[in-house]
Amino acid sequence: MNSPNSRIGLILFFLYLLLYGGFVLLNTFSPETMEATPMAGVNVAILYGFGLIIVAFLLALIYGVLCRPEEHLNSLEDEQ
Amino acid sequence: MIYAPSLVAVAVFLLFVGITLGLSYYLGNKAKSSAGYFTAHGQIPWFINGVAFAGDYLSAASFLGICGMIAFYGYDGFLYSIGYLAGWIVALFVVAEPMKRLGKFTFADALNSRFDSPGIKFVAGVSTLTVSVFYLIPQMVGAGVLVQPLLGLPHWAGVIIVGAVVIFIVVTAGMVSTTWVQFLKGSLLVIFSAVLTVMILQRGFEVNPSTPEPQTVTKKSDGSTLINGLPLGEEAGQATLRPVGTISQLPGGKTSTGPVGPLEFFSTLQESEVVLWTSEITTSEDGTVTTTYSPKPTSGGQVLLPGEHPKLFKGIRSDKFLDKLNFLSLMLALFCGTASLPHILIRYYTVKDEAAARKSTIVGIGCIGFFYVLTLYMGLGAMTSGSMDVTNSNMAAPLLARSMSELLFAIISAIAFTTVLGTVSGLILASAGAVAHDLVGSFSGTTISDHEQVRIAKITSVVVGSIAIVLGILFKELNVSYLVGWAFSVAASANLPSLVMLLFWKGTTKQGIIAAVVVGMTSSLAWILLSADTYSAVYGLPAENALVPFSQPGIVTIPLGFVVLILVSLLTRKK
Repeated sequence: MNSPNSRIGLILFFLYLLLYGGFVLLNTFSPETMEATPMAGVNVAILYGFGLIIVAFLLALIYGVLCRPEEHLNSLEDEQ
Repeated sequence: MIYAPSLVAVAVFLLFVGITLGLSYYLGNKAKSSAGYFTAHGQIPWFINGVAFAGDYLSAASFLGICGMIAFYGYDGFLYSIGYLAGWIVALFVVAEPMKRLGKFTFADALNSRFDSPGIKFVAGVSTLTVSVFYLIPQMVGAGVLVQPLLGLPHWAGVIIVGAVVIFIVVTAGMVSTTWVQFLKGSLLVIFSAVLTVMILQRGFEVNPSTPEPQTVTKKSDGSTLINGLPLGEEAGQATLRPVGTISQLPGGKTSTGPVGPLEFFSTLQESEVVLWTSEITTSEDGTVTTTYSPKPTSGGQVLLPGEHPKLFKGIRSDKFLDKLNFLSLMLALFCGTASLPHILIRYYTVKDEAAARKSTIVGIGCIGFFYVLTLYMGLGAMTSGSMDVTNSNMAAPLLARSMSELLFAIISAIAFTTVLGTVSGLILASAGAVAHDLVGSFSGTTISDHEQVRIAKITSVVVGSIAIVLGILFKELNVSYLVGWAFSVAASANLPSLVMLLFWKGTTKQGIIAAVVVGMTSSLAWILLSADTYSAVYGLPAENALVPFSQPGIVTIPLGFVVLILVSLLTRKK
């Protein structure tokens, strides 16, 4: 598990864990934070929830892009 | 409510099932060997596999359960959406590529890659079977729920139809056809959910001026049923339950909004008042059971916040620490569960390499995430559609579609039905693989022939399918998403600790893995069976008598799995 891919994966994983953990803990211990409507009359619960879904996809895309060089190397090795 | 079958619905339904069966039969010829049967020869293109992930994962629970929970309790159901999607982050960043690198057919292969131990194969096989059967229950319940309004058949008939069709699919064709069925239904589900969402936004909101009145369902000891004091029926002197789900007030005293934008949808609802319903069951001395449904006008701001569900998410609005722990525990199980689900894990063996495994996961996350965003619109759209069945939250999404048009209702129901088919076939295939490849392999020291493995897998499919049919009929009362939460807890507790430790800790021993799987599986199962929710919903016993302090096991049993693995590994380490 020392390949660059798994390192990138772990960093992104902990980043997301932080965001998800923040959401769950806010809901549990400070539910009143979720009531505020900071944008377009939509509350934090919905904005944060949608945010988590969108960020998950963005991180997945970032991972896909960052992993590409190694895959390229692999295929070069295969050809040799 | 009385559900009359509609001709369009039956036609669309038969068309869908026909296509599914035809496809299975056609592709069946390609899957004679065990590599073909279990993993489609690893030849599925990554994009197809990615959408099939969505098809596998967006089960009846996601579609029917989450929409229903949102329709009845607001934001709470969306917490499931968030948790289910977050689990994919674990799958992509931690599990996907090593799974592909280490394994061949099943999750047990990956666990066993360093050890060649029959013990590991055995416990991993048992855990796969357990999780799959647990996960099958809500799918089968969902199937029963669907055929009721669609074909006018009773619940049990739906369960049997699904069981039979799925057994046919799995027995004839294995992973190739299962994948294509899932690809088809995954795309259709996402596309038509988007269509439904656009229609919800186009329709906007409308105030229902009539004052909702309480409704009662009385079941007498002689077996007859009274609705609001009258016999059930649609003739004069008879009554059926009135559909519910209305807005009682819009902002600024308006009576309707016209089309709304995607954010305006929430900001309008935030300032409105909707009518939710509470239910209460009373039993009189002569054995008559009366369920009273009472309207509960609730401010939109409240509906759009987590914590409205009286049981599941009460932790959010309660001061009791145990209730809060219960909520944390569920969210942890959802996060850890996805990457431990056997029918998701086997999908990593249907593509050719690690890069393809990675790419298909990314496609899966895109489709699944998009769908989960839509669940909030569909659920809230159903809540305000005026067409909900007050007795059954699982029906929310199809009934919402019916309030738009009969054809859409037919299509949505048929897709939901295929959804069940796809997920159930994936689960049964995972179980069949576990039995044929892992369990049998761990018992007989000799290798079984390729042909024999496939034969055992097919027999297993029939057996597991039949068990699922029985359980689906027994558990019909429970919200399907709720049941899936349990499956996630068991999967995460049994499988995740060994999977993660095997990848990240060189000191892991085979005894450590076996102990962690056994302890994780039994402790989470025991916890669920002894919890307050199971007491009240399954055994019909008072919830206070439950033996465990809160219902969701994850926060205790997942760490327990890790601790057991580390301790046992240290004790059995080779010097």
